[in-house]
Amino acid sequence: MIDANGLVRRFGPLVAVDRVNLAVGAGEAVALFGPNGAGKSTLLRMLATLLQPDAGTLAWFGRSGHGGRRDARRRLGLLSHQSFLYPDLTPAQNLAFYARLYGVEDPQRRAAEWLRRVGVAGWGQRPLRTLSRGREQGCALARALIHGPEMILLDEPFTGLDRGGVDMLIDVLRDFVERGSSLILSTHDVELGLAVCQRAVVLRRGRKVWDGIVGGAARAEFDEAYARIFATAPGNSHA
Amino acid sequence: MREILTLVRKDLDVEVRTKETLASLLLLGLLTLLVLSFAFDPTSAMRAEAAPGALWVAVTFAGVLALGRAFLIERENDCLEGLLASPVDRGNIYLAKTLSTFVLMAIAQLGIVPVFVLFFDVEPTPALVGVLAAVMLGVLGLAALGSLLAAIAVRTRAREVLLPLLMLPLIVPAFIAGVRATQDLLAGGSLAAAQPWLGSMLAIDVIFLVVGWLLFGAVVEE
Amino acid sequence: MRRWFDTVHPGLTLVAMAAAIFFVFVYVPTDRDQGIIQRIFYFHVPLAMMTYLSVATVALGSAVYLWRRDRAWDRVAHGAAELGVLFCSLVLITGPIWGKPVWGTWWTWDARLTATLILWLIYAGYLLLRSVAPGEQGARYAAVLGLVGALDIPGINRAVYWLRTIHPAVIQNRDGSTGLADPRMQLAFVVCLIAFALLFAWLLWIRTENLRLQDSVEELRQRALHT
Repeated sequence: MIDANGLVRRFGPLVAVDRVNLAVGAGEAVALFGPNGAGKSTLLRMLATLLQPDAGTLAWFGRSGHGGRRDARRRLGLLSHQSFLYPDLTPAQNLAFYARLYGVEDPQRRAAEWLRRVGVAGWGQRPLRTLSRGREQGCALARALIHGPEMILLDEPFTGLDRGGVDMLIDVLRDFVERGSSLILSTHDVELGLAVCQRAVVLRRGRKVWDGIVGGAARAEFDEAYARIFATAPGNSHA
Repeated sequence: MREILTLVRKDLDVEVRTKETLASLLLLGLLTLLVLSFAFDPTSAMRAEAAPGALWVAVTFAGVLALGRAFLIERENDCLEGLLASPVDRGNIYLAKTLSTFVLMAIAQLGIVPVFVLFFDVEPTPALVGVLAAVMLGVLGLAALGSLLAAIAVRTRAREVLLPLLMLPLIVPAFIAGVRATQDLLAGGSLAAAQPWLGSMLAIDVIFLVVGWLLFGAVVEE
Repeated sequence: MRRWFDTVHPGLTLVAMAAAIFFVFVYVPTDRDQGIIQRIFYFHVPLAMMTYLSVATVALGSAVYLWRRDRAWDRVAHGAAELGVLFCSLVLITGPIWGKPVWGTWWTWDARLTATLILWLIYAGYLLLRSVAPGEQGARYAAVLGLVGALDIPGINRAVYWLRTIHPAVIQNRDGSTGLADPRMQLAFVVCLIAFALLFAWLLWIRTENLRLQDSVEELRQRALHT
């Protein structure tokens, strides 16, 4: 569903993503691991069509270029640590707005359904500003899924969520993958990432240093590799 | 078209909830007129001569304020990212922002122009319809130029000062045409006399709209 | 190009400048009506022309940068904008020096003066934008402003004439109309124009090179930080 080859993105002199290859198929759930500054967000923003790569090729659902990007925007969902929701509008207004923007039929009803699904139904008519971080993130999840995307990209979705919020998110995402859709999520929390995903990709300083299925016996192997990668990384005290 | 209407409706929904932009526009417009009427001796003929300029200073300042706020609501929670990740056309984001800012400014002007008539002892003649038309054309130009520049200014670290500094010199042609139209109309000219000025303003508006529509993608696409 | 600018061009510019000074202060006859102050014209007008050349260069650099996304063009636009502000400042300084004795006032809201001042304000704003928006983002923003500014200038130049009916000029601007009757004056003007064009090219080269070096220093610094 996404096919990236040799992706490079620089910010001025800094190489944020360095020759990364990544292919993700239908029904696959991939966790991107790595410390802050490893290039996770940059990679995700490129996959989400928000950032143009400086080099490399990128195809969504078999199409690339301008047409591929336009098509991808319709079929992708994006959840960032920012909610993309207007604080002065109510959750219901926000969701209906995004539903309309994606051309979803009956936006009001769809918004109400999703508010129930993420457990914010009772708060639907207050300004978003007055909601807790967890509920706002719930609304943001609903916003990312309201147009029925085939793939969802999540950038540090667990940040600032309490236990209940994390459980709800994991629940929705597992359900999403079980229906044959795919997802890529970035996190620095290995446990949470692997609670949703079977495949792990590790980035370090913009490069992909590990990519594989993590389950059962492979888990120990991954943990060892992960520890080794970051133990030997100089200047990675913040990892 | 559906995209533009959806986006405009969202901006107006925000305004209905907060009422902040409209209130600040009206207040700033009225304060500008008040301060400018202090600047001229109420008995002198200078006041009548300065009236068109005073009106346009009030229109322009209110416009700059409106545009400063226009992209502020897209900045909180990174909403603009949300729009860019959606399939909505970049040019439509620009046109929608121009349209919604225009609507807010136009409503504010409906309050500011009557107060101008009051403060500056302007004869209530049918020519005022022409003045109002000139103001609307001017406000459209402000919205068209400003929506492009505000998208730039809002993402720099000097946004409050940067927007007026970039905008005011570039809006000069529309400003001058507006002042000239108002002068001619208030001096007892017919609507036909002001027509060349109104035509120039319309041309400026169209140029700003086309340029903004073409270049907006370069501002927001990374 | 580098060879040329490192060897021939600086010498050529210096010679042309020396010649310009000779022509303006020694060769050319003094204007009958205006007297000695008219000689400032030979600097003032070429500077104004270089200002417009800078504006055109900013627009060209901006357009090509937005199209090809090559930082070299962004540096050309950036350098040209700085030169535009520099030359325009000199125009705004030399103008009043001439205007005081001839028009009897330092400043008047004549159309051409007004337009020049607005042009200065646009490109001063451009430089301010560059200083508050760094990197690739700043380059894109500046390119958009550089294009909008260049497109706006014809409008401004027209619009300031609409104002003349309210603010009549103290005296008609006679630049170019009465001053250059003598062929020696025309020759001096051409020499000055060539000298300033060479100066413009040289300064633009130095400034873009300077900006290129700044970029590579920054790159090396980042690389050093990461190893």
